[in-house]
Amino acid sequence: MDQLLYGTEVLINGLMTGVMYSLVALGFVLIYKASGVFNYAQGVLALFAALTLVGIMEGQVPFAHLINAMFGTHIENFGWNIPAVFAILLTAGVMVVLAILIEKLVLQHLVGQEPIILFMATIGLAYFLEGLGDVMWGADIKTLDVGLPQGISDVVEQTTANWFGYGFFIDRLDIWATIIAALLVAALVAFSQYTKQGRAMRAVADDHQAALSVGISLQFIWIMVWSIAGFVALVAGIMWGTKSGVQFSLSLIALKALPVLMLGGFTSIPGAIVGGLIIGVGEKLFEFIMSSPDLAGSWFGFTISATENWFAYVLALLFLVFRPQGLFGERIIERV
Amino acid sequence: MLYREAGDFKTTYRDDGQTFPITLDRLGYYAILFVAVLIVPFVINDYWASAVLLPFLIYAIASIGLNILVGYAGQVSLGTGGFMAVGAYAVYKLMTAFPEVSVVIHILLAGGITALVGIAFGLPSLRIKGFYLAVATLAAQFFLVWLFNKVPWFYNYSASGQINAPERTVLGWAVTGPAASPSAKYLICLGFVIFAAWVARNLTRGMIGRKWMAIRDMDIAAEIIGVNPLSAKMTAFGVSSFFVGIAGALLFAVYLGAAEVTEAFGINKSFLVLFMVIIGGLGSIFGSFAGAAFLVLLPVLLKNVLVGVLGWPTDLAAHIELMIVGALIIFFLIVEPHGLARLWQLVKEKLRLWPFPH
Repeated sequence: MDQLLYGTEVLINGLMTGVMYSLVALGFVLIYKASGVFNYAQGVLALFAALTLVGIMEGQVPFAHLINAMFGTHIENFGWNIPAVFAILLTAGVMVVLAILIEKLVLQHLVGQEPIILFMATIGLAYFLEGLGDVMWGADIKTLDVGLPQGISDVVEQTTANWFGYGFFIDRLDIWATIIAALLVAALVAFSQYTKQGRAMRAVADDHQAALSVGISLQFIWIMVWSIAGFVALVAGIMWGTKSGVQFSLSLIALKALPVLMLGGFTSIPGAIVGGLIIGVGEKLFEFIMSSPDLAGSWFGFTISATENWFAYVLALLFLVFRPQGLFGERIIERV
Repeated sequence: MLYREAGDFKTTYRDDGQTFPITLDRLGYYAILFVAVLIVPFVINDYWASAVLLPFLIYAIASIGLNILVGYAGQVSLGTGGFMAVGAYAVYKLMTAFPEVSVVIHILLAGGITALVGIAFGLPSLRIKGFYLAVATLAAQFFLVWLFNKVPWFYNYSASGQINAPERTVLGWAVTGPAASPSAKYLICLGFVIFAAWVARNLTRGMIGRKWMAIRDMDIAAEIIGVNPLSAKMTAFGVSSFFVGIAGALLFAVYLGAAEVTEAFGINKSFLVLFMVIIGGLGSIFGSFAGAAFLVLLPVLLKNVLVGVLGWPTDLAAHIELMIVGALIIFFLIVEPHGLARLWQLVKEKLRLWPFPH
C-alpha cells in the first residue's frame, strides 16, 4: 500500500515534469510544422532567453567580459534592477529580433536545401547561440526569480495527509508551470485557429507553394513562427531556470524534448503534450520501480539507478519500431 | 608535366579504375605517404603529437566511419560518441584480460565488438527513417554511456570509475601507457588511418558501396531494383561502427591514456564527428580527412591567437571559439553544402583546364 502511495506521488511529479518537457517540445513542433526545419537550437534558445532575462533584470552590461578583456576596463553592471514583468517584455523583444536575424542571415539562404542540411544549420546555430549567450552574459550559474512561488506546496501535503495518511510532496513551481503551460497551449491553439496570421501559418504548414500562390508571405510567417518559438522558449527558460538555475545544462532539455517529439510525432501539437506526459510519467515511474529494493529488488534481484538519462530514448525507439510516424504524426506515405 | 589526364595512357582495366587517375595526384599521394611515414616520426615532438597530429588521425578514422554511414548510406547517426565508448571499453577489457596478446589485435577486436553493437542499434533503421532515426540513435548514445558508468564490471571495479590504459608494446616499442614515445603513438595511429582509408575507399567503390549509395538516394527504388535493404543497412552500420570503434579504442588507449565515459564520450563527441563529416563533405573519404583536420586545427589556432596573441582569458576564448565554430558551420552549409571536398574538387577542375580555360 505504501508503495502504491509513493508510486502515485511519483506519477503526479512525472506528470508535472512531462508538462515541462511538452513546453520545450511545443517550440520544436511549431517551427517544424511551419517551415519543415527541425530546430535543434530550441533548447539553447530557452537558455539564451533565460540568460537575457536574468541579465536585463540585474542590469548586467552585455559583453562586459569581452569589453573588459579588449580594453582593460572593469565594467560589470549598470547598477539598476528592472522589474520582472518589464524585463520579460524586453526579453520577448530580444527574441523577436533574434528570430528576424535568424531568418535573414540563415534560413533565407538555405531555402530548398535538404532537411538534414537545415537540421545541421540549426546545430550550428545552437553552438553559436551558446557561445553568444556566454560571451554576452557570462557563463556562471545564475539564479532566476521572477516571483513564481517555489517550495513544497503545504496545501497539497495537508490535504493528501488527511485523505491517505501520507502527504504528497509537490513543488508549487510545478503546479504553476502546469497552469502556465496549459494557458500557453490554449493561447496557441486559439491563435492558430481564430486569427488571420494563425490561419496563414497553418496554410504554410500544409503546403508552402500553395500558400505562396494565394499571397501569403513565407518570410513573414517564418519570422512570426520563430518569434513564437522564441517566446515559448522564454517561458520554458523561465520555468526551468527558476527550477534549477540558469546554466548550460538548461540547453540539454532540448535533448529531452526529442524523444517527446518522436513519441508524439513531429507535426502534432497535441502529440507534443501527450508525448511529454508519457515520457515524464514513464521515466519517473521506471526510475522509481527499478531503483526501489522492494520492487525491482524483489522481482529481478537487482536494482539500477539514474535510468532517466536514457529511458525516454529507448522508449521512443521501441515505440517507433511499431509506429514510425509517432502517435499523432501524419502518416508517412512513400512513393518512388 | 601539367595537371591532366591527357597523355597518361591506361593500358589495362586495372589502371583505368585507379583511385588517382591523374599522375600528379598519384605522385602527391605517394609524397604525402612518404612524408607521413618516414619523415614525420623523426621530427615529431610531444606538443605536435598531442595537440594536432594524434587527434587529427584518430578523428579522421572516426569521421571515415561516420561518413560511410551518413554520407554513403544516408543513415544519420548521433550515436558516434556511444560507439566510440564501446571501442574504448572493449579494448580496455581485452587489454586487461589478455595481456599477452598484441594490442593491435585488441584494437581490431574492439572494432569488431563495436560493429556488433552498431548493428544491434542499427536494426530499427529498417523501420525508422530520417530525423526519427537520428533521434533514435541518441538512444544508443545515452544508453551506452549510462551502461559504462553504472556497471562496474566494465571498468574493472576501479574506485574512481575511470579506465586507465596499461602499457603495451608493438615490436618492442611502447605504444600505450605513460612511457610511450610520441612517434610510436603517431605511427600506430597512422597505421590504422591508412588501413581505414584504404578499406573504406575500396569498399565504397565496389558493389557494397554502390548498394549503400542506392539506399541513400532512394531506398524504395533501390529495393525494387534488387538491393536488399536489410543487408545494405546492416553492413553500413557494421562497417561504420567498426571504424568508429577503432577510433574510440585509439582515442582512449593511445591518446588519452585514461578516460571517464561521460567526459570523453559524451554527446558532444557525436556532434563533433558529425560536423567533421559535414564540413569535410558527405560521401567523400578525402572530406573525412579535411573535416577532421579543420575541426582539430581550428580550436588550436583560435586558442593560440586569442589567448597567446591577444591575451584574453581562456574561458572567454572558449566561448568565442564556440561562436566561431557555429558560425562557420552555418557559413559552410550556406556557401558549400557539399563541404571542403567539393571545394577541393572545384579547384582540381579549374587546374585541369589551366592555363586555357576556354
